[in-house]
Amino acid sequence: MTRSVGPSADRTPVESADVCVIGAGPAGGLIADRLAADHEVVVLEAGPRFDPADRIERQERAIRPAFDRPDVWDVGGDRDAHSNGGEWFYPLNHARVKGIGGSTLHWQGMVVRLHEDDFNSGSERGVGPDWPIEYADLRPHYAAAERELGVAGADDNPYAPPREQPHPMPAFSPSYSDSLFAEACEELGIDMHSVPNARNSEAYDDRSACVGYGTCQPVCPSGAKYDATVHVDRAERKGATVLDRAPVEYLDHDAERVTAAVYATPDGTQHRQTAEAFVVACGGVETPRLLLLSESSQYPEGLANSSGLVGSFFMDHLFAGMGGLLDEPTRQNHVGFLTSGCDQFYDEADEETGPFKLEFFNYDGPSPVTMALTGDDWGDALLERIRADYGNHIGMGALVEQLPREESRVALDPDRTDHRGNPVPEINWTVGDRALRTIERANEIQREILEELGVDIGWQVGPENTGPAYHHMGTTRMGEDPEESVVDAELRTHDLGNCWIASSSVFPTAGAMNPTLTIAALALRAADSVAAALH
Amino acid sequence: MELTRRDAAAALAAIGATGGVALGADRVRDSGDGASASDEGADPITDEQVRASLVAVARVVYPEEVSGVEAFVNGFLDGRLTGDPHARALRETVAEVDGIARSWYDAPIAALSAETRDRLLRELGADTAEEDPDGTTAERVRYYVVNELLLALYASPTGGELAGIENPQGYPGGAESYARGPR
Repeated sequence: MTRSVGPSADRTPVESADVCVIGAGPAGGLIADRLAADHEVVVLEAGPRFDPADRIERQERAIRPAFDRPDVWDVGGDRDAHSNGGEWFYPLNHARVKGIGGSTLHWQGMVVRLHEDDFNSGSERGVGPDWPIEYADLRPHYAAAERELGVAGADDNPYAPPREQPHPMPAFSPSYSDSLFAEACEELGIDMHSVPNARNSEAYDDRSACVGYGTCQPVCPSGAKYDATVHVDRAERKGATVLDRAPVEYLDHDAERVTAAVYATPDGTQHRQTAEAFVVACGGVETPRLLLLSESSQYPEGLANSSGLVGSFFMDHLFAGMGGLLDEPTRQNHVGFLTSGCDQFYDEADEETGPFKLEFFNYDGPSPVTMALTGDDWGDALLERIRADYGNHIGMGALVEQLPREESRVALDPDRTDHRGNPVPEINWTVGDRALRTIERANEIQREILEELGVDIGWQVGPENTGPAYHHMGTTRMGEDPEESVVDAELRTHDLGNCWIASSSVFPTAGAMNPTLTIAALALRAADSVAAALH
Repeated sequence: MELTRRDAAAALAAIGATGGVALGADRVRDSGDGASASDEGADPITDEQVRASLVAVARVVYPEEVSGVEAFVNGFLDGRLTGDPHARALRETVAEVDGIARSWYDAPIAALSAETRDRLLRELGADTAEEDPDGTTAERVRYYVVNELLLALYASPTGGELAGIENPQGYPGGAESYARGPR
């Protein structure tokens, strides 16, 4: 059911709801879509419903230097207040979007499956826990997720886990700079392959093919890049009710079940949404925060937290990169997505070195538009500078796994509250030496490739200046033992029989692959579990 | 290299009519301490004067080798002057620049020589200022005047071609050129 939009829209609870989904990102959207046809579903989203007609203006914000990344999707202010208490600073509001669509509104759109060993890190690599499921358990859900999101890819990656059918769309062609890298990689015996994109290489699912705006991250004006508004809208068409600007403040409960999601509306009114089943799908930070905010005399340490591990094991992927100048044109910044990568070294991971994947950039160095808006010159001098500085940049990136560490955690900050007076999340992020060693290893290979190519190396992101890839994971981990984990293999909380968590927060280990396809696959698996429980 | 109304339409398609500031304009303007031209009692300015002023500034901030500037800027402004609140702030800032030109050089900016226009913009600090829609005069002139025009140019196909890129960021020039080699 589509209710009117605006501050005074009807945001009263839905009577006789079967399922209450909290969070309208990809996990919440997919589950709502799967269940809406046969069940009364209500989705509660803290952020707004953005008008698709505004995307061009948001793109201008993405380009113009007056605006920071959080400004593009109106992140920030008291609603999104947070604090950092850890060894490493975490720029949380650069790393998320609140609203219908969630962080897929600003994501890059890379959709890769975890490798088989990622599900068995403890047994195969000697570090971290094993997941309670295998790659084979998730494989059909991966395929379904690829169809749902719309993935353009090719079966040309000899290092990828086994798949049963082609990607829904053909892969994007390799870039011109990929062809430059290919010569160097061939000399070195390094294999390049395409990377799967949740971005239409041809019209798909009533959305257009990519038209090359070049601002994929943080905004795609054409809608060719998948975002979760696709599934939230579809769920509404099937009968789900979606309430925006309705932040859930806590989950009411008895000893065994969640009884209501208590949420606020823009006018300050508090409501109780009851349901038979609840799905918390608020990402790796707000999910543990909501559980901790739901503490009670029954559960004084927070809901679903008999293990004491809600909020612990906060992880992100670390970035490693290198680049410089080549003495020939490299044709960067025509598009904002990647077309080639290298997973050759991924499964060499062991106790000492983590998995990592390599990326070949199509947007290294400044774009002419950005240069024009940030210089101290104009006229002929500006054009001369652009011509001198644009065109020869080339670079590589890598994503690196960090291990789960109990002290790396999301907690509540007792000294700071949000716009509703609720304690804000405190990010205590620590990384660990294995990830730093892995960054060094990724840098070694990047240097080898760039030197073979003849690049004058000008920048490096290594262990000393690395940062997060904005993939929040691990804070309500999945496992078989209720004393060692928060949810079971079906993503149902060990403590409460009618509460599921669909999020990267359930990842026991991170792997080094962008997490959204795994989030989507797990969400589809969880949707089956919720549906079975309702029957 | 000639700019055309097609380039102007492409620039508008790339960055829209209302401007990125429109989404949060009330918040931005309410929270800042920068006074608008109307706050300071600047004389009202007609759209014709806005157009003439921005064409004159464009002839300074655009490279010599582009032609067709007047038609391009006017075509671009056909869109940018229709959407509030960006258009309102654009008018106010141009009015402020024009008022300063009259005060310092006894003529509107459109009537100044190219050399004086260039000097005026630099004296205002618009060359070294970082753009800010709610900042100081220099920062607002950088945002609503100088960068407004530079964004229009370098997000257009002809501006991209000048810079050496057929599909500049912000322009939906298709998903093919990235795969082609240099010509």
